[in-house]
Order: sequence, then C-alpha cells, then structure tokens
Amino acid sequence: MAARPDYTLFDRDTTAIIFGNQQRAAQRMLDFDYLSGRKMPSVACVVDPSGPRRGNMQVFFGRKEILLPMCNSLAQAARDHPESDVVINFASFRSAHDVSVEALQTPTVRTLAIIAEGVPERQTRQLIALKDVLGKWIIGPATVGAIAAGAFKIGNAGGAISNLLMSKLYRAGSVGCVSKSGGMLNEMAHMISLNSNGLLEGVATGGDTYPGSTLLEHLLRYEANPEIKFMVVLGEVGGSEEYAIADALRRGTLTKPVVAWVTGTCLKAFPSEVQFGHAGAMVKGASETADAKNTALREAGAVVPDSYNDFGEKIRAVYDDLKRRGDIVEGPEPPVPVMPAEYLPGTMRKPTNVTCTISDDSGEELLYAGVPISTVINEGYTLGEVICLLWFKKRLPRYAADFLDLALKITADHGPCVSAAHNAIVTARAGKDLTAAVASGVLTIGPRFGGALDGAARRFKEALDRGLSPRQFVDEMKEKGENIPGIGHMIKSVQNPDMRVTLLKEWAAANLPKHDLLDFALEVEKLTTAKKNTLILNVDGCLGVLFVDILLSTGAYTVEEFDEVIDIGTLNGIFVLGRTIGMIGHFLDQKRLGTGLYRHPTADVLYMLPRDSRPA
Amino acid sequence: MAQKAIREYDAKKLLERHLRRCSGGRIGYEGRSVLVTSGLGLEESADDNSWLKTSRLVVKPDQLFGKRGKNGLVFADVGFEEAVAWIDGHLGREVAIHREFDPQGNPADAGVTGTLTHFIVEPLVAHAPDQEYYLAFTGHRRGDMVLFSKAGGVEVESTKNGLTSIDVPIGADADTLDLKTLLSGQVEGVALKALVELLRACFACYVELHFGFLEFNPLVVTDREIIPVDVKARLDDSAAFLCEELWGPLDFPPPFGRARTKEEAYIEALDERSGASLKLTILNPRGRVWTMVAGGGASVIYADTVVDLGYMDELADYGEYSGDPSTAETREYARTILDLMTRERVEGGKVLIIGGGIANFTDVATTFEGIIEALEEYAARLKENNIRIYVRRGGPNYVQGLARMREAAERLGLDMQIHGPEMHMTAVVKEALDSLPKEVD
Repeated sequence: MAARPDYTLFDRDTTAIIFGNQQRAAQRMLDFDYLSGRKMPSVACVVDPSGPRRGNMQVFFGRKEILLPMCNSLAQAARDHPESDVVINFASFRSAHDVSVEALQTPTVRTLAIIAEGVPERQTRQLIALKDVLGKWIIGPATVGAIAAGAFKIGNAGGAISNLLMSKLYRAGSVGCVSKSGGMLNEMAHMISLNSNGLLEGVATGGDTYPGSTLLEHLLRYEANPEIKFMVVLGEVGGSEEYAIADALRRGTLTKPVVAWVTGTCLKAFPSEVQFGHAGAMVKGASETADAKNTALREAGAVVPDSYNDFGEKIRAVYDDLKRRGDIVEGPEPPVPVMPAEYLPGTMRKPTNVTCTISDDSGEELLYAGVPISTVINEGYTLGEVICLLWFKKRLPRYAADFLDLALKITADHGPCVSAAHNAIVTARAGKDLTAAVASGVLTIGPRFGGALDGAARRFKEALDRGLSPRQFVDEMKEKGENIPGIGHMIKSVQNPDMRVTLLKEWAAANLPKHDLLDFALEVEKLTTAKKNTLILNVDGCLGVLFVDILLSTGAYTVEEFDEVIDIGTLNGIFVLGRTIGMIGHFLDQKRLGTGLYRHPTADVLYMLPRDSRPA
Repeated sequence: MAQKAIREYDAKKLLERHLRRCSGGRIGYEGRSVLVTSGLGLEESADDNSWLKTSRLVVKPDQLFGKRGKNGLVFADVGFEEAVAWIDGHLGREVAIHREFDPQGNPADAGVTGTLTHFIVEPLVAHAPDQEYYLAFTGHRRGDMVLFSKAGGVEVESTKNGLTSIDVPIGADADTLDLKTLLSGQVEGVALKALVELLRACFACYVELHFGFLEFNPLVVTDREIIPVDVKARLDDSAAFLCEELWGPLDFPPPFGRARTKEEAYIEALDERSGASLKLTILNPRGRVWTMVAGGGASVIYADTVVDLGYMDELADYGEYSGDPSTAETREYARTILDLMTRERVEGGKVLIIGGGIANFTDVATTFEGIIEALEEYAARLKENNIRIYVRRGGPNYVQGLARMREAAERLGLDMQIHGPEMHMTAVVKEALDSLPKEVD
C-alpha cells in the first residue's frame, strides 16, 4: 500500500481496529463502505476485551453476510492486522486512557479516535503529550469521530444510511469541515451538501476542554490537501482555539477560504453560570465568549455569518465564488448508489442463525472448503486430503495428508478388550443398531482412553516452547502430581514395545525433515522408562507430538492458529475417526456371529456390601 | 462532566487531609474552618472546635462567589456570639453579588441575585498587608501553570500585578518545579524555605486530586506560618471515579444565584445513572419558550437562535439529551419539562421546541417513543395551557419517529408542527416564536 500523505488520515484503503464490542458501529461502517463502493470492509478487526481469545462478528457487507475477526486484546489485533493504522476506542471513560496509551504505543497505529465522554482532563493531557512525542493523531475524546466522504468513516459518524445518501457522503466533494460537536457533524455535512458539492472530510474534535487534536490542526491538514478547496468551522464558546485559527489566517498559514461560526452567543444573556452539554463550553474570561471569537475570526478574514441561520448561505456564497473563479469545477454527479431493499428504514436485515465455513451445498456443486467435489474425485484426493479440507479448511502438503492416512490406519482398531470396542460389542449384543453401538463406544473415548492426543500435544509443546529440558519437564509434572499425557501403557513396555509406535517413528524418520517434538518426547521417555518400564511413549502420545511436528513444519499455521487447533480438540478427532472403523467392524462381527445378550459373569464381580447396620 | 467549583471549606479540608502526605510529612496544615448553615450550627460545631470560642473569627458566605469583601459580606475580627448572630442575621437573605466595581468601590454590574445559605467560619489571621501573596495553579493543553505574586489581594487577577509564572509540562514531578524563577526576588529568608515546600506539596495535591484550578488569594506568609486565607478551587468531576477515596464525600453546589430546583436535581440523578447524557437548567420558569433539544452542540445553537430572535427573557430552560437514551429515560426527561411548562397558564400560550440535528446514532424512533408517552400523559394539560409544539429532527429511524409523532399529534389533538432534516435546523425556532403573541402582561 502506498504511504498516505501527511494530510490524509483516511482514504479508501484505510482499515480500522474497533476496540469494544460495537456491532452497530461496525455495521454502520460497512454500510458506508458498501455505499462508497469500497472493495474491502473498513473494519479489520473488533477487539472485545471481555470476549474469547478468538471469535467472529457477523455483519453485512452489502447483501453478503461476512465475519469480522474478533479477539480480546489490542496487541493481538495489531499483530494480526499491521496494515490497520486507525484504532477506534469505544472503551468507557474508566478505561479509555489505558486503552489509548496502548493504542498510541502500537507502532502500526497512526490515528486514534476516543469516543468516551468523561475522560479525566489530566489523563487526556497525558495522552496529548504522548501523541506529540510519537507524532500521532488523536480525535476526541467525547466525539463521534470523523468521516472522509466516499472513503472511510469512524464508527457512528455520518449516522444512518438515509443520511449518508441525503448528504451525499458516499462520494467526495471539495469541503473540509471541522466541528467541536460530534452531534453537529452530520448537520454540517448536510448543510454543506445543500450549499456546495459536498464534504471531502469532516472531523468532530469533541466537546472536552482539551481535545486530542484542535480545530486548527485539522484545518492545516485541509490547507495542505489539494482536493479541499475551502473549509467550514463550527466552533464553540469557551477555550481559545478559534484565536489560533484567526492567527493562522492572519499569518497566511491558512490561505483557503474559511467559513466559520462560533456557537454559544446566548451565554451572555443568561443570568448566571450555565454548564452547557460540552465540558469545554465554559467561559473563563471575556475573550472566550462566542461573540469575541466570532469577531476575531471575522477580522482575520474568515467568512462569519450573523447567526447560525445564515451559515448555509455563507457556505454557498464562498462555493459559488470558487466556482466562478474556476477553482472548483463540478464534475458529473455519480449515480446514487442503490441499497438493497432490506437496508431501507423500517425493514430489518436478519442475521442468519448458523454459520458454516467448511462446506457448501447451496450451489450447483458440493464444495469442500471451496474445492468442488469433482476436483476432489478427479484429482485423486486421498482421504487424508479430504480431512485436511474439512478439518483445517486448507490443502496441506502431501506428507501431512499421508500422516493422517497412516494415523487412521494405526488407530482403526486395537482388539475387542479396550473400552470402546467392548462397549460396542455389549451394545450390539443387546440388540441395538449400528449407530447405538458406535455411539456407546465413542462415548468412552476421553482422557483415560484414546483421548490423550490433545493433552500430549499441548503439554510437550508447552515444555519445549518454554525451553524446559526433558528432566525439568518430568520433575515439574511430578511436582504437580500429574501424569504426563501420552506416556505409559497398561501392557506394553520397553521390552515389549508397541509396534504401532515403532511404525510411527519409522515413518517420521523417513518422511519428516525435522521432528523436534518427537525427539523431545523420546528423551522424556528415556527418563520415565528408567523409573518404570511401562512408562513408554504410547500411541496417543506419539500421534499427538508428531501431529504438532507436521503442522508446524507445513508453515501453514501461525503459533496462535496452531494453539487454536489444539484448544478446540482437533487431535482427538483422529482417534475418534480412526477407531470408529474398528467399532463398526466389531458391531458387524457380533451381528454376523448372532451373539446374544451379554451378561457379565457373577463370578467375576467382587461383592463387598456394608453390613446391615439396623439393630438386631 | 467538567471542571466544577467546590466550596472554599471543602477545598481547605482536602488540603488539610492531603498536604501532609504530599509533603512527606513536612507540612502540617490544620485547616481550621467550619461550614455551617445556621447560627445554631455554629454553636454545635464549637464542641469539636474549641478554637471557635477562644479565637477572634472571620465569617464569610461560602457559595462559590468571589469579591466577598467588596460585596460587604466578610465579617471579620469578631467573637463567637457575634458570629452566631451575624450568620442568623444573614441566613436566607437575598443579596445581589457583583463582580465589577468602580474605583470608588460601587458596583459596576447588574449583579447576580441569590440566597445566602452556607457560611465558613475561621480564626482571624492577623498579618500585615505585605505578608499577603498570591498563588495559583491552573492547567492548559500542554501542561500546568503555577502563578505567584508578592502582591496578593483582591485585585491581583485583574491587574496581573507582579505576577510571575512557570510552565510545568504534563507528567513533571513536583520536585522539578523551577521555583527559583517563580519566587526570585519576591520572598526571602525563613519564609522562602517554607514556601518552597508548600508550593511543591500543593502542586502534588493539585495534580493528584485532579484539581482544574486552585487559587490562594491571599496566602499569608509570616515568619512563623503560612496560611491560605482565601481559597478558590475547581475539581475535574470526570475524575470522580479515580478520586473517590481521595476526595471523600464532596458536594458540587450549583453556581450562586441558581439554587438547583427539584426538577434539575431529578434530571441530574437520571443523568448520573445513565450512559446517555441528560441535562436540564431552568433559566426562567415563567418563560414562554421551552426547549427540549437533542445534542450538546445543537442545544447551544437552539438557545443562541432564541436569543438572537430577541426572546432571551422568554427562554425557560437550557438542556440537552444525547448519547442514545432509552425510551424510559427520554420519557422521564420529557415529563419533567412538560410538567414544568404546564404549571402556570398564560394568555397566548407557550411553545415547546423539540429540536435536534441529524443524529449519528441516537435512535429517533426510540427516543420519540419516550416523548410520545409523556405527551400522552400530559395531553390534557398541554391543551389547557394552549401549548404549541414544534419538532425538527433527523437521524437513525427518523422517518418512523416523525410518523409516530404525527400520529400521536392527531390522536391526542395536540397543536404540533413536525419537520425532518429538510428544514434548516433552527428555522423551526422562528416558526415557534412567530406563533407567540408579541405583547403579554
């Protein structure tokens, strides 16, 4: 992406991170994007600090429903979206400062909007000092934000779709506007659209005493922006920012026409102090009155109406003048974008209740992760490759798919005595059908039986990541009083090795360039078997650690994505899927044999009841 | 949410509580003062404050106005019984407080009229005029400022007589203050060392307690002690969540001349509990022009326009609702205004302007629903009082909101004119005012 000039905070490629679970604001931004004909949504990510580590927000982009990524920390969002240079901070006044500090200190962030009203003034001033040092922009606090017509808008700025259309905010005009009040930003955009070719950019700096950026700072950007032909300012009683504008006009740092009005002229008529809605609208001395500031602006060369009522006429006069001089040439008006019917007021877009991102049967041909079923068949995808599509939503290298094939073969069955097969047999013999038999078997899979893949993968990887030696790892687990998942077998031992594990190890040696975690696990095994010869790396453990080695070696996963794969229980899927083959086999076997109801022999039960304690 | 003035008494109590800590125990300011609302209150205070009966006293009203001496409201060098009598003599008295005085000491402005209710009583600090200093702390965008003058006294703010100041960047520690520059040549000897410590401690307090403004005028500096005789302070009330313990129980009284009405207090309480913003100030309960405007910015412009059109004496209220209040909150807000404006019938009736700009995210349909509920409740009284209602609003769901408002007007038989964003925001003000008969007795 080309670097933006200094005067441009937002363009059609700008994307933002929203801090706060603000579905409506995000949707409004996307509606605006759609109206403006943006190709990409302007929201890169939504941070919900009290939400899960990863998630999605369902929103509409035009007619299409899309998912915006969510996470629970700003740092994570910035790592995931280094191209996003805007943070929209919706945190409450209590935490707005801390979130803002983090945002400003994030190197990829250039512009921060603070929405909260009621941020302590000293905290805001600390933020101003910080952004000055770092050379960044703050818009707000106590603002709705800003809007760059046809390009980007912050949160709720610009209002509803009806207003975006009415004020032609979906396409750029020639006017740069800055207002203190966020609520008045729309009103100004509308007034400007009625009296000129419309807004190019509008910023509301917020109603606080110490706004993060001043009216003048934005006007200087507008001055530098060749697309902006004149500027409109809506100031407010209190403070002295308007004098800085008057100075800039006098010194010639602002040369484009400025139409300005300072509100709060009524204050002089009030019998005693009245605190207006905005904290900053408080007069400390005669120079801060609206009348004094309007006079100063007028004397410095700004076009100042007699009252707010004539503001629009003054804008029109300046616009007409620029047109006459040829500074503004009106191009053909682009067609008004048509919104889908369901966007119109009164009708509601209904979000779907179910989201699916792996397969799609709604089109002509069934898709697995976007791959048509015909391709899957005609190009000879292996079962492992189909699993990759449906479990991981991507095609992984052939050796990864081969490993899945191998894992399924190895886990397919382990005789009639293990709990899953036993349950399937008992259920089959009770006269139940295939699904009941398989289900009863599957339900035994868990931490003690077959379900140690996830645990092994997680524990071993964590130890390796933390740089623990095999010895430290073993000692630590012992201290915690936990068994190491994936270590130990009921029957198999060093002397009586598990052939399945041997095969997996051989396969790894032949097919994988690197298998750090397997090596680590084998070192651990050396230590554990020295204590007891059945404490071998078992098949669960071996599959778990190999799976980690393989997925990481594909380069298809970031560390966090990989953590998610483990967290959501993917690895145990291998065992469940593989062993289902065997359980179906055992069910069919029992049916063919015509075995009757299984009853466990009484002789095989040790009956140990408490003595009858009733008085004799 | 803004800087708000606190009573002199509260300011002194805050200093008493925190100066010692902020000076590392080097400054012990006793803050001898009591706040009373009657002579009896002062008598009761004497049990815990034995100095009241042993010292000569100074009594002043403590209601956020200055120039108390020039306004003849400082009763100094008196005994306990005299103080009690003076308070009882002034309590409940309506007085005009002036800010401007001519060189002869006569009031030079119309003044603000209000009722005396709170008095601060302190021991008299005997000192010579040349022991009076001026000291103030105030903030600006990029930092803070410490102002000092050897010539304290009532005039120093306006005359800037001998005023020196230093700028302190945000985040600077109190120990780094360049007090040499500030105090150079103005103070010497024993007092200097004590003053330096006091300044540092006060600055630390000013920062830590989120003062917006803190002024001592005069600050009496003698060889033995330093006493803030008169203190004026504002706190940033948006820092309340940070300073709950540091501040303790604290009152932000309304400005002098405007006792908070029951209705204002009700809206204030509503505002405090809400994430939205609800503000109401009654300017003239007998005014014929009432406004109920959405938005902190737009509401000011509506008030401006009423004043521009020459109706400043008729403007009954200033207020605003914003930040997407709920239907119930808007209903309560509207009820409060409707109730106030239907208490007294006037010939020719009154007008209510339900105004607002084009909202960003406040839902017009939802908020108007609340207003409609209030209109339903007050329909009969509105008609009895011949009240015309003028509406102008835009924003999310405004078409729906305006349609419901039209339907309600018809159903309730109310005299209402309803406009959307097609009308200039403040044109509705003129429409409303034009309906008022020009002359009323």
